[in-house]
Amino acid sequence: MINIKELQASIGDTPILKSLNLEIKPGEVHAIMGPNGSGKSTLASVLAGREDYDITGGSVDFDGQDLLEMDATERARSGLFLAFQYPVEIPGVSNINFMRAAVNGKREHEGLEPIKGKDFLNLVKEKASLVELDGRLRNRSVNEGFSGGEKKRNEIFQMAMLEPRFAVLDETDSGLDIDALRIVANGVNAMRSPERSFLVITHYQRLLDYIVPDFVHILVDGKIVMSGDKELALKLEEEGYDWIKEDVSA
Amino acid sequence: MAYDGNDKVLEEFTGKAYEFGFTTDIESDKAPAGLNEDIIRLISSKKEEPEWMLQYRLEAFKIWQKMEEPDWPHLHYKKPDYQAISYYSAPKQKKQLNSMDDVDPEMRKTMDKLGISIEEQKRLSGVAVDFVMDSVSVATSFKEKLGELGIIFCSMSEAVKEHPDLIRKYLGSVVPTKDNFFSALNAAVFTDGSFCYIPKGVRCPMELSTYFRINESGTGQFERTLVVADESSYVSYLEGCTAPQRDENQLHAAVVELVALDEAEIKYSTVQNWYPGDAEGKGGVFNFVTKRGICHRRSKISWTQVETGSAVTWKYPSCILKGDYSVGEFYSVAVTNNAQQADTGTKMIHLGKNTHSTIISKGISAGKSHNSYRGLVQVMPSAENARNFSQCDSLLMTDTSGAHTFPYIEVKNPTAKVEHEATTSKIGEDQIFYCLQRGIDEEQAISLIVNGYAKEVLNQLPMEFAVEAQKLLSISLEGSVG
Repeated sequence: MINIKELQASIGDTPILKSLNLEIKPGEVHAIMGPNGSGKSTLASVLAGREDYDITGGSVDFDGQDLLEMDATERARSGLFLAFQYPVEIPGVSNINFMRAAVNGKREHEGLEPIKGKDFLNLVKEKASLVELDGRLRNRSVNEGFSGGEKKRNEIFQMAMLEPRFAVLDETDSGLDIDALRIVANGVNAMRSPERSFLVITHYQRLLDYIVPDFVHILVDGKIVMSGDKELALKLEEEGYDWIKEDVSA
Repeated sequence: MAYDGNDKVLEEFTGKAYEFGFTTDIESDKAPAGLNEDIIRLISSKKEEPEWMLQYRLEAFKIWQKMEEPDWPHLHYKKPDYQAISYYSAPKQKKQLNSMDDVDPEMRKTMDKLGISIEEQKRLSGVAVDFVMDSVSVATSFKEKLGELGIIFCSMSEAVKEHPDLIRKYLGSVVPTKDNFFSALNAAVFTDGSFCYIPKGVRCPMELSTYFRINESGTGQFERTLVVADESSYVSYLEGCTAPQRDENQLHAAVVELVALDEAEIKYSTVQNWYPGDAEGKGGVFNFVTKRGICHRRSKISWTQVETGSAVTWKYPSCILKGDYSVGEFYSVAVTNNAQQADTGTKMIHLGKNTHSTIISKGISAGKSHNSYRGLVQVMPSAENARNFSQCDSLLMTDTSGAHTFPYIEVKNPTAKVEHEATTSKIGEDQIFYCLQRGIDEEQAISLIVNGYAKEVLNQLPMEFAVEAQKLLSISLEGSVG
């Protein structure tokens, strides 16, 4: 699905990602954990095509395509989705119009006609129920006046609408209470399939109780320093990152 | 007496015409450059106006000569040479093109984007249209329908002749000749415009628009519009053209007067898209417009404008809230791109008791343009319990553009309540990236964000107009983020 090789990225003169390697196969769920400033969110942004970063080395293969050659819109239309850590508010643009533009963008890429109004509304209804997003939120301006939990549910709703092949969840659990966390996780789990892969970025093991990963990677200082299964996340939760840092420097 | 005078003028004029090099042939009918009493007499006689109209113009000319062009707006432009302009060139036959292939491809592209039908495109581009007969009959049937209700909707020239009582009563009653430099100039030389009268208690059943008055195309330069809504009547009036008509006229100095008598309501919507000039602003239109309405008891005037064109815009649609319980509203979106400059806003003058006004202004600046909001809220001593709410938002698309806000508030009655909110923001890279990540391309992303930002104002426009205005905003801002 996605194969990241020796990826290096920096902001200005500051290198953030330092030769990062990661391969995710179809249907797999990978989690990335790591201390603050290790480069987790940078990885998400770089994969999504944010232009604030300079790619200084390495490659990313996305189902046979050179991901780094594509602009952000092309990446999205080719099936890469990023659930934002801080979803952005767009005043005056209704959630539903926003999603319609997004869905039609993807359909255009696939050579399809714009979706019919009725089909679109049915799709909205179906997907909104996944994350219990009520009608009120669908018609309001994108994320405007949404609570933290509502914003995150909206991200998962959008993901469900766009049915990506590969989704990156950037600290989707931050700012969620336990009920919202469960709703969001259920939404993600409902979308798991042999064709769809996930990269879950998180600080806390808690999320991984709900979205159980196939692999857990530890990112420290721009590199993956350790990989394992979900037991690794549990160990981190108990012992923190210090032992890893010691391990790595040893 | 009046007729004698007029005849004399005519005679005098015919004698002088040659001297001026005034020629009349089938294709052009144009006065020589310059402005003087003779030119004004020429305009008046060409239009076969009654003597009182001529006197009105001459008086205005005298006043104008003593006035100076204002230099207080936040605008920088080379002041026009008023003696280098020709003040009469009508009825101007547009060059007839034989097919759409002869139309400027850039213009066609824009019209396609606006979704203007091919027949309408032909009309706007001056291509000979086969179905003229149809259009005329359509226009006529509208006229008949309006006529049954007693609604008068005609050109100003026609009104001067057919409805002199109404014109003499109301022309210049809201924007007096001496109001400002441009209104005086307009009063002296206006060539045409529209007149609309809605009788007592009549609700005009359709949006009135110059669009239907096919014979009126190309009257731009010094337009004069007068809308009178008699007691308890209602009218919604649309002005402007959303196609990028490339007018050669550099200077536009229009005057619009609205009169809302007791319990009447006038909704006046404008989409202005005059040629803004090239990227440096060269060749663009100077738009100096005076628009004002007077509200009598329990009446309401609502101005909505979407301004995307012109190199320089100087425009402050205003309301004089004279009657008790009258309401004034101003909703505006002004977009400037490249080297465009706009100094626009409103004046709300509260005279009556319990008068309310609302101002929603959304400025969008791109390129290296400058966009200023200038507004005055004035509460006079007589205006007990006056209320105003003003909101002025500015959106910057680039680091090189400017947004300026000049709000003036004068309150002379302690019971007044005046609120003012203002924000300035730069279009969010985060917002754009969020759209891109959802598979929305950059052009569409900007369109969504900008239209969302302007939504409160666009919502005030009649439906079909709103759709065109939305597209127009997107087109005006294409490739403008930086």
